[in-house]
Amino acid sequence: MSTSTLTEAPPPVPQPQSPEQPVRRTVPTRRRLVPYLLLLPGILWLVVFFALPLVYQASTSVQTGSLEEGFEVTWHFQTYWEALQEYYPQFIRSLLYAGTATVLCLLLGYPLAYLIAFKAGRWRNLLLVLVIAPFFTSFLIRTLAWKTILADGGAVVGALDALHVLDVTNWLGWTEGNRVLATPMAVVTGLTYNFLPFMILPLYTSLERIDGKLHEAAKDLYASPATTFRKVTFPLSMPGVVSGTLLTFIPASGDYVNAELLGSTDTKMVGNVIQSQFLRVLDYPTAAALSFILMAIVLLMVTVYIRRSGTEDLL
Amino acid sequence: MEQYEPEPYGPLSRAQLAATRRSLARSQGRGLTRRSMLRASGVGALTVGGFAALSACGIPPAKRSGDAGAADDHSAEEKRLNFSNWTQYIDISDDEKHRPSLEAFTKRSGIKVKYTEDINDNVEFFGKIQPQLAAGQDTGRDLICVTDWLAARMIRLGWAQKLDPANLPHAYANLSPQFRAPDWDPGRAYTYPWTGISTVIAYNAKATGGREITSVSQLLDDPALKGRVAFLSEMRDTVGMTLLDMGKDPATVTDDDFGAAVARLQKAVDRRQIRRFTGNDYTSDLNKGDIAACLAWAGDLIQLQVDNPDIRFAIPDAGYMTSTDNLLVPAQARHKANAEKLIDYYYEPPIAAQLAAYINYVCPVAGVREELAKIDDSLASNTLILPDEAMAAKSNAFRSLATEEETAYEEKFAALIGA
Repeated sequence: MSTSTLTEAPPPVPQPQSPEQPVRRTVPTRRRLVPYLLLLPGILWLVVFFALPLVYQASTSVQTGSLEEGFEVTWHFQTYWEALQEYYPQFIRSLLYAGTATVLCLLLGYPLAYLIAFKAGRWRNLLLVLVIAPFFTSFLIRTLAWKTILADGGAVVGALDALHVLDVTNWLGWTEGNRVLATPMAVVTGLTYNFLPFMILPLYTSLERIDGKLHEAAKDLYASPATTFRKVTFPLSMPGVVSGTLLTFIPASGDYVNAELLGSTDTKMVGNVIQSQFLRVLDYPTAAALSFILMAIVLLMVTVYIRRSGTEDLL
Repeated sequence: MEQYEPEPYGPLSRAQLAATRRSLARSQGRGLTRRSMLRASGVGALTVGGFAALSACGIPPAKRSGDAGAADDHSAEEKRLNFSNWTQYIDISDDEKHRPSLEAFTKRSGIKVKYTEDINDNVEFFGKIQPQLAAGQDTGRDLICVTDWLAARMIRLGWAQKLDPANLPHAYANLSPQFRAPDWDPGRAYTYPWTGISTVIAYNAKATGGREITSVSQLLDDPALKGRVAFLSEMRDTVGMTLLDMGKDPATVTDDDFGAAVARLQKAVDRRQIRRFTGNDYTSDLNKGDIAACLAWAGDLIQLQVDNPDIRFAIPDAGYMTSTDNLLVPAQARHKANAEKLIDYYYEPPIAAQLAAYINYVCPVAGVREELAKIDDSLASNTLILPDEAMAAKSNAFRSLATEEETAYEEKFAALIGA
């Protein structure tokens, strides 16, 4: 608030009877309320669609009962412990798959974002549209398309097999026999594909902001292109890297569609367990507890990540 | 899953991208930063949503008294009906603009039907209507079509309205004996079947190298099928077929039987014999040959066979499972009498034949054979649509389960399918 008061035009000369009164007191209240009024719609939205459901879920997670008897809050915190004990493999798997997909997205997305930002010239807008274009079709349809792409008798699997890539991935346990579908690799591929634009867009935004003169200056100081990238471009693109990885990792860790459609029994993620507990077993407390555990784990990891990457201030 | 379409980034215009950039660059050093706001609202949310709020929530018990769900019937003054059904589950004209049987019903009765295809999956649909029913509210639907175990659950919870037999003369007279007395709705007080569903074995002859697959044992044990076998994610179908193969009767299943069947399936999962547990999506995999053999719903197969002659089916000697999709009037629905009129209409043999000719599932209406033969002779002789006596003798149904049993079984089955 202090900044805004300082940029105010000087108020009318203070009345002589109160000479000590500081200048800021006379700023109209209405003006000070403006930022809060502007925030009001957003806050209301958050309360109704985020805070309230969260409270409701928190309550559900400590209830016990059944559909017939009804559910009552009994502060049964043990549900959390039981859920964690029962489903920790799926938690580990979710984080592993989401982490792998995030790294793959970064490796695929960074060169592309770099190209769009620095080398694309007049093709830049077209390329950006192409990155966003998949969003024009439904998430589900796009995921189902991968079942055709990765089909057992399809060209992709045939090529991977001929190049003996499948031998390596089989040995690593990522694929199974002569197929990719219904294996961890298919799920991670689907996740990577589906969340790639969320990586590219923030990367592009922060790369595009970099002043070209910095590159010239680096060149003048005899930095090789590689050194320029390492010492200038990459550090300056860190905000994009951090927000891109977050936008990829967080939704990917809670995803269940890819595991459901492209995976098998041993590739199910936490999202699938939550869905199954909620809809199939009708164990609402366990489903709610699982959601909270996932939220807590992701929140913790993200906090540590942001602190360590030192980009807190840039977010 | 149909609703799962996160699209937080629409296409961003240049101006929007620029605005995003600005906000990233300038949030520093202001009195009201994003972070301080987040902090403040976080603390606020915690205070507001404190423990008091937590304990105020809860889900009320389902009403269980006999006919508590009955509502005032507005059928006489409101000639309307909201009918929720599965996708592709009613006859439709070639240009996909008309539903002939439904339009004829409106013409005859004057009742306007709002037909919605919003059921894709039993458990998801239940998740959708459960909050309203639990709160004793109208779901906005007068007639829904759900699989028998879900119909049984809704009756058990008191969430279905009792039908008036006086309004159902055709239905009462024409219902096939096979479907007359399920253990969860004896005498059909609450529901009438829309279709019967036979669960059989299907295989892609090209993918099996021309070999016939005729038993669940083969699906579970044949090494040539390793990794190319699918079972259904519908618990009663998958476990029921396995039980039959083990010589047990799904109609009298005990905890031990159930456990043994799941253990047998688990072994096949561990050996990677079973590739996936699927819903309706097995059809495309079977068609492509990614799945060589699987459990399948007969109605789908008739459709698949039209396009792909390699698709075959087999009725195991041990028997097959039959379930039904049932029409029922949910609690608090406003137009029960109208719904009853529609049920009765679809039990008139000519109408039933019209429907069966289009959707190819088992027709639950007796005396439909002649009518169906008028439309297409091959359909009338297809035992998947009109089972003959030999076939009907092999038909089995899963016994209805009590709440605790259902939960325990579903939990075991969920562990089997990985989640």
